[in-house]
Amino acid sequence: MTSCGKPNQDTTGYTKTFPVESGGTLIDATIGEPSGLIYMVAGESAAAAISGNIFNKLLKYDKNLDIEGELAESWLISSDQKTITFKLKPNLKWADGKPLTSEDVLFTWKLVTDENTRSPYASDYQLVKKAEAPDSNTFSVTYDKAYAPALDSWSGLQVLPKHLLEKQDIHTTAFARNPVGSHYYKLDSWTHGENLKLSRNPKSVLGPANIDKLITRIIPDNSAQFLELMADNIDSMGLDPIKYSRIIPARPELQKKLALYKELGNSYTYLGFNLKHKPFDDIRVRKAINYAIDKQEIIDGVYLGLGINIASPYKPGTRWSNPELKPYPYDVEKAKALLKEAGFADSDGDGIVERDGKPFAFEIITNQNKEREKSAVLIQRRLKDVGIDVQIRAIEWASFISRFIKTGDFDVVVLGWGLGLDPDQFSIWHSSQNQPGQFNFINYNNPQIDALLEQGRLELNPDKRMKIYHEFAKVLLEDSPIVYLSAGYGLTAIHKRVKGIDSPAPPAGIGYNSHEWYIPEQLRRAETGRNEIAEK
Amino acid sequence: MLKYLVKRVLWMIPLLIGISLISFFIMHLAPGDITNNEAAFNPKASEESRQKLRELYNLDKPVIVQYGLWLKRMGTLDFGNSFASHQKPVFWQTTDKDGNVTKGMIQEALPITLMINILGLIITLSLAIPLGIIAARKYTQWQDKSITLFNFIGFSIPGFWLSLLLMYWLGVMNNWLPISGLHSINYESLDTWAKIKDSISHLILPVIIPSVTGLAGITLFVKNGMLDVFHQDYITTARAKGLSEHKVVYTHALRNALLPLITIVGLSIPGLIGGSVIAETIFAIPGMGKLFFDSVLMRDFPVIMGILTIGSTLTLIGNLLADLAYAWADPRVRRGVVRN
Repeated sequence: MTSCGKPNQDTTGYTKTFPVESGGTLIDATIGEPSGLIYMVAGESAAAAISGNIFNKLLKYDKNLDIEGELAESWLISSDQKTITFKLKPNLKWADGKPLTSEDVLFTWKLVTDENTRSPYASDYQLVKKAEAPDSNTFSVTYDKAYAPALDSWSGLQVLPKHLLEKQDIHTTAFARNPVGSHYYKLDSWTHGENLKLSRNPKSVLGPANIDKLITRIIPDNSAQFLELMADNIDSMGLDPIKYSRIIPARPELQKKLALYKELGNSYTYLGFNLKHKPFDDIRVRKAINYAIDKQEIIDGVYLGLGINIASPYKPGTRWSNPELKPYPYDVEKAKALLKEAGFADSDGDGIVERDGKPFAFEIITNQNKEREKSAVLIQRRLKDVGIDVQIRAIEWASFISRFIKTGDFDVVVLGWGLGLDPDQFSIWHSSQNQPGQFNFINYNNPQIDALLEQGRLELNPDKRMKIYHEFAKVLLEDSPIVYLSAGYGLTAIHKRVKGIDSPAPPAGIGYNSHEWYIPEQLRRAETGRNEIAEK
Repeated sequence: MLKYLVKRVLWMIPLLIGISLISFFIMHLAPGDITNNEAAFNPKASEESRQKLRELYNLDKPVIVQYGLWLKRMGTLDFGNSFASHQKPVFWQTTDKDGNVTKGMIQEALPITLMINILGLIITLSLAIPLGIIAARKYTQWQDKSITLFNFIGFSIPGFWLSLLLMYWLGVMNNWLPISGLHSINYESLDTWAKIKDSISHLILPVIIPSVTGLAGITLFVKNGMLDVFHQDYITTARAKGLSEHKVVYTHALRNALLPLITIVGLSIPGLIGGSVIAETIFAIPGMGKLFFDSVLMRDFPVIMGILTIGSTLTLIGNLLADLAYAWADPRVRRGVVRN
């Protein structure tokens, strides 16, 4: 029984090349079960991961993060930059055979902007003043004023079928658990708390994918997921740095069958100041802290080297990231000099600097996230070197947000931003966005930044836009309202039976061509389960 | 007796209202609500849409008003719908106008947890009673000492650690047992026998590990109960009458020694429906513990309240049953009850 259900143990096949062929099953795992598969109301990443295989969008990002058409064949921006007209590809069909037309797109837009729809993502679409579907494959939207992130927003809205949802309540409809889409896959079954099974949609509007079935198992515990990966019961999972750089490389039997991928995400960790609180309103103090923190130490110690130093809030290597900017180096002397300039000195010789008799002490708060907690500990030590007394507090997420962030009752946070692909960061940095619950909770207020953000929203020409955001990042770095700590790599292990994966990862990440991945027949997992074999 | 029963059942109503009131307020003491979950901390999600959500869920009203609304719904036994899980009904399934059935969250989770915990309790009891008897009969001899040592180890080992080790040894190194989940991926395509075997093999670890770690307490209970009884006069009398040791132990001593166990089992009823967050998370079992934990993290108030209400109802019923069982097993109590 020991070898029951074990796949072909001839690991030599994993390094060979095979011609592309279709078929096979890819099994992955998620720690959370999606609440439903209508992403606009579900909202969580577990839902996005699966609904993204079922529904199409008008536009998408290609390998190099340039926008291209998905359902749309072409799109035209009017000369005043206010109207975008999308032409759909011809003969689009839903998985149930009904035609997919611009009426469906219009319906989806109406749905997401409807007063009664509980969507967290409606704001981008509410800016559309007028949406029309003049004929079955034309869809046009008109904005009050030019809105540059518009194209990005249309690469985020999953188009839903009007004929199945028209008279339904979007919040309770059974469609959320039994969806009909138009993309590469369709949902076959969903066993609550256990798994979701997808199979190829023969009517896929973009043609067939290679892999026949996608199964997502719900395994909430990371260690259990890793055991399942080791036992070859799942094909891929996201890794933490320890598994990526210590555990797997130390085990030859895992190295033989698992391929490791790293890709930069659109996210970073930062230390943010409450700019309304003294002394963080003083740029010299912010810069001193920036110089005093050794970012490389955080990358090496917390992320085991699997991260990079950044100098702008954009993914390095992409168009929006300004290559001329350099992160603040680790420089204790400069930090001390800046603190002195700002009036801080250690007059009583206790190792902590004071200004007006008040010692420089503050609390860093963060949510219960191991990496952020560890980063805070390293920061605490480095700031002690320059005479700043730091305490750390880690708080459960919902309390963290409502008790501290929303009320503005904090000095310094260690947090992260996970961002979309559009460079617009109006909601994070614009001075108008600092009401409770909004995202400029550090109260950043810089007229120059405000102007650049407003300009960036109005400019649809990518090259001109790039210049604006390069300037924006430069001013931001100089002003140091936050300290960029690191951008960690996204780490993934995928079984070597899966072929056709780009390595190293292109700017869009390895997943951009997952429909082209394939599993050669020889390398497939025995389709029968362990018990069935045990029977024989 | 009937009067006593009716009285006890009627008493449960004010008790339940009190419990729900306290739970509701404690729940709202924790900062945050459904709109503060991790997905909402996305620059694409605006504060206006979150405010709108709060209004739609009545979260902008004072807590006492929200409690009133909840109690009103509970009056018609309507547990409401989850905020977080696509408005799934909290307790029992609903059918929409097209005949689509949406299962209730507790309806889905409770049977799984109940099954695992009842199986676990049966295993615990069927091991603990014999072990306790042996330990009492061989008191201070090597059998007693080794049982104590075994229990001590079982009690001290963290369940999650033992689980992971066994998952690795039995699942990864040897492929004897599945690692996590309730069914194999190809469960649907199996025949009936294979389905049963599949389900059993998935249940072995999640059922046995908590039973082993929970063994110590009950074994000690049985052992001490037996030791107490062994010193009673009627045991001496039974021995003096020349009854066989077997008869003395199993007929005269055991029945009396097991009385406290009824209380223990009665008290374990809330645990039976509660489920363990850690075990359910590690073994990927969609049970009550995980459901409750997730609901608290998401501030999914209707689900939290639903679980607490059903939990406290079942606990009160469990207490009642334990009292009745006690009366049935112990004539002294029974007479006391009747006199009341």
